[in-house]
Amino acid sequence: MDAFLIQTLNGVVNGLILALVASGLTLIFGIMDVVNFAHGELFMLGAYAGVIWLAVTGNFWVALLAAAVTIAVLSAALQVVALRPLLGRDPLYTILGTFGISLVLQNYALWQFGPVPRKLTEPLTGHFRLFYLEYPYYRIVMALLSAAIIGALWAFLKYGKYGIWIRATTQDRVMAAAMGIPVPIVHTVVFAIGASMAAASGVLFGPLVGVTHAMGADWVLKAFVVVVVGGMGNLAGSILASIFISLLEAYASLIVSPAQAVIVAFIALIVTLLVRPTGLFVPTPK
Amino acid sequence: MPAARTDNRGYWIGFAVVLALLFVAPLVLPEFWRRFTTEILIWGLLAMSSDILIGYTGMVSFGHSAFFGLGMYGAAAALLTVRPPNLWLALAYGLVAAAVVAAFVAYFSTRLRDIYFAITTLVFSQIFYVIIFTWTEVTGGENGLTFRQPALGVPGLFAIPFTPVTLHWFVVAIVTISYLLLRRITQSPFGMVLQSIRENEPRTRAIGYAVERYKIVAVMLSGVFAGLAGVLYAVQNKFAAPDFVFFLISGEVVIFNMLGGMGTLVGPIAGAAFFLILRETFSRFWTEFYLIPVGVIFTLMVIFVPQGLLGFARRALNR
Repeated sequence: MDAFLIQTLNGVVNGLILALVASGLTLIFGIMDVVNFAHGELFMLGAYAGVIWLAVTGNFWVALLAAAVTIAVLSAALQVVALRPLLGRDPLYTILGTFGISLVLQNYALWQFGPVPRKLTEPLTGHFRLFYLEYPYYRIVMALLSAAIIGALWAFLKYGKYGIWIRATTQDRVMAAAMGIPVPIVHTVVFAIGASMAAASGVLFGPLVGVTHAMGADWVLKAFVVVVVGGMGNLAGSILASIFISLLEAYASLIVSPAQAVIVAFIALIVTLLVRPTGLFVPTPK
Repeated sequence: MPAARTDNRGYWIGFAVVLALLFVAPLVLPEFWRRFTTEILIWGLLAMSSDILIGYTGMVSFGHSAFFGLGMYGAAAALLTVRPPNLWLALAYGLVAAAVVAAFVAYFSTRLRDIYFAITTLVFSQIFYVIIFTWTEVTGGENGLTFRQPALGVPGLFAIPFTPVTLHWFVVAIVTISYLLLRRITQSPFGMVLQSIRENEPRTRAIGYAVERYKIVAVMLSGVFAGLAGVLYAVQNKFAAPDFVFFLISGEVVIFNMLGGMGTLVGPIAGAAFFLILRETFSRFWTEFYLIPVGVIFTLMVIFVPQGLLGFARRALNR
């Protein structure tokens, strides 16, 4: 029973981090119709940027912010150079384009930083007693911070002037352009926001695993699963799906090894696609 | 039509020239490049098999590594359990393994379209990867399986061990037969239905074709040929490893298709050759970081040459 409760907490904490990655991905898909295969690499580069900024500034929270801004600028440049020319083409080409970018970024990181994992020191080292475990405070803070970032994004989309521009572009790109919204700039900004959220989660998650060039691959796959289970382009659905999938995985790892627990997430995806292909947490269309 | 006949003659002359070059290649090339050419053909066969889905049916499969890998492990099962190792049995096991997996994947994934199809196939291939990676007792886990190369021959009649040259000829023969079969299939009424699904799925359904059934058959067909490529790769390299089930292989297959030109069958082979030559060239200067320049070239081609190297000849190649 204790193990079950601990895994529930683990599932929720991992779910919130995953939600931070997935909401960036779903934002980019919902608005630009771009399936961003390079999202995991932006997550990874964010973590590396965090390592560098931490070495420069010495403060984890400043490094977190600086890394997010760095990746936002980098990804805005990427979007203008590589994705803007693909606008309006078959979605296949954006998949291929971002796949090419992810190959370059991943190998660039390997070239630049080497294969040895970099350590990202956590800003809080305290523990509290949870049944038979010493549970680190950092994990709780990390989860709360993820939730706060997602909440801020939601409020921005709902009430901010530019948030309304973004939602208008999602609904009807041509009409939005006709109303005077600079659609290409909205696309670039949305890509930058999505990327900086990935970067932030990379920095937050970095202390738990160590930063390597391959750390993005697992995440991007899981984020894809979440985005499809939650309904493509649906922010609230992705968040619920992240927590749902992470809980499933956490419970499954009580029975099988963590490597095999991933299969549970995959099976959840396949069942979802067969039963409700529009997403598990989307109201049934009337 | 006389005009069409002369056009087709040009096609067959080209075909004969390429075939003759491939036949002579192992006799004149040095050891390294001989092996390299054989490998290009095997990857080309894998890419060609996925062209049936990507180029002709309009379904982008990101799961071809599963079929390829199961072909490898199927061949490994035959070569490890049956004494003496038999090439034809390896072929049969590999094809059956790939076909079973393809049927399973096809049943679920063909209900979905576009990006959902791509993600489902990707996820299925990862499921098989995790199973193969963690089921160490049977699959050897991370280390994979190694086995002896079977001999080429008919049991009871004759058997000659493979040399690099005969192996190359064997691969050329299999790839040529597969190409002619696939070409015939794409020109058959069945192939026409696949292409009409690509062009307009609702209309194809409205005319009265059971679109789902056609898609299932297309995925299985594609999977079986991918499995064939897996068997050839296993026979050439004498091992089966989980790396070949990992989704990066599927990604490379899509890259081959895109580089060479989708919907041409030969294009993907050319794409595989182009990719492998690029990799070979750059890895001399950049060692393991060759994917940086290759990725840049690939991304540039997606932007500027989306029809691929042989895209301009698409009509001529499908005539």
